[in-house]
Amino acid sequence: MEAGEEKSKKAGGECFYEVFEEEIHQVIVGNRLFKFGERVAIGASGGKDSSVLAYVLSELNRRHSYGLDLFLLSIDEGITGYRDDSLETVKRNEVQYGLPLQIVSYKDLYGWTMDEIVKMIGLKNNCTFCGVFRRQALDRGAALLKVDKLVTGHNADDIAETVVLNILRGDIARLSRCTSITTGEDGPIPRCKPFKYTYEKEIVMYAYFKKLDYFSTECIYSPNAYRGFACEFINDLERLRPRAILDIIKSGEDFRIATTTKMPEQGTCERCGYISSQKWCKACVLLEGLNRGLPKMGIGRPRGNVNGDYKDIKARSTAKTIESKQCGSLDF
Amino acid sequence: MQLTLEFGGGLELLCDSEKIHKVNVDLPNGADSDDFTMKHLLSWVRTNLIKERPEMFMKGDTVRPGVLVLVNDCDWELSGQLDTVIEDKDVVVFISTLHGG
Repeated sequence: MEAGEEKSKKAGGECFYEVFEEEIHQVIVGNRLFKFGERVAIGASGGKDSSVLAYVLSELNRRHSYGLDLFLLSIDEGITGYRDDSLETVKRNEVQYGLPLQIVSYKDLYGWTMDEIVKMIGLKNNCTFCGVFRRQALDRGAALLKVDKLVTGHNADDIAETVVLNILRGDIARLSRCTSITTGEDGPIPRCKPFKYTYEKEIVMYAYFKKLDYFSTECIYSPNAYRGFACEFINDLERLRPRAILDIIKSGEDFRIATTTKMPEQGTCERCGYISSQKWCKACVLLEGLNRGLPKMGIGRPRGNVNGDYKDIKARSTAKTIESKQCGSLDF
Repeated sequence: MQLTLEFGGGLELLCDSEKIHKVNVDLPNGADSDDFTMKHLLSWVRTNLIKERPEMFMKGDTVRPGVLVLVNDCDWELSGQLDTVIEDKDVVVFISTLHGG
């Protein structure tokens, strides 16, 4: 029975949220997502998924005695009219759920807000910058909080979209990782997704029935994102055959990469020490491009000798500008 | 008939930023009150309540994929979607899921 429909049949009564909460508990326990006593940061944007995640996780933590020390971690990308509003929601969540909040901003970490970045690069590839920067920002915020694990509200729709997106782009490395419920166990901060099998629709219904406070506007830069196509496709697919979303995830989990395919090796960034499969991590490459007024640097597939490019960058980057800032000097 | 319509998840921005609308809907001429379905209501909403960007609310005859519809707190997929019969004093909720989480 389709996940969404099974629960929908009980919608309107207490049964819906009991089933919802119990299912999340089973996913957490069945996949051994947490250990007793762990410090866990919840990536909180003020949106529907992370607000429901914060609420449900703190509730289950109490009810089933997971023994977790929970925190809210929010990233301020510096998007006026979007992020500043949603951060207000997270501040309210801090009070409503009694979870301490840490906010980390792009401006502090990188010296650039998303608004400034978009002014420089135009309206294309915004999500590339933001996604890369956010991923690192979350890790750095988690290190500041000294947590053992990061938890995000990615739902089944998101993961199905990512599988489709990676297929459309031929990104084999990501394809092999993107359906894992826990990732980064060999890195600084592992992160997990308790909503991996939860439909976006169920999350919205839960929030509606429980009258949870969340912020619901599209990021002003998102209409240009490539993910939008995958999103529309998944939504249309769900309408025709709701089970497709879970089936796409299952396909993604069972993909095996041919042994003859060359996969990038994981090393560390020479500039900042973050994990990277190239000499410089993506964030450092993008940042260098921004600081030198080369918005296309790091976008698209590398052409020619990648190592050659980096030697060139190193030679020229000795002069520091006011805006130039390394993507972080935390040692992992 | 008297109906309460709610818009959430950002859809309220299409209706003058009002989340709750208490409306009086006239039945189409000569129609039985048993004949009034979600299909008719959607058309009425598009004409009378949606002030901008109707493509964010509807696609063709039905709501845009990604918009949840609840009729008296029940998912409309269980009551026949567009064929769901609407009665006096019903509460219909439209919630968009199309935004970041």
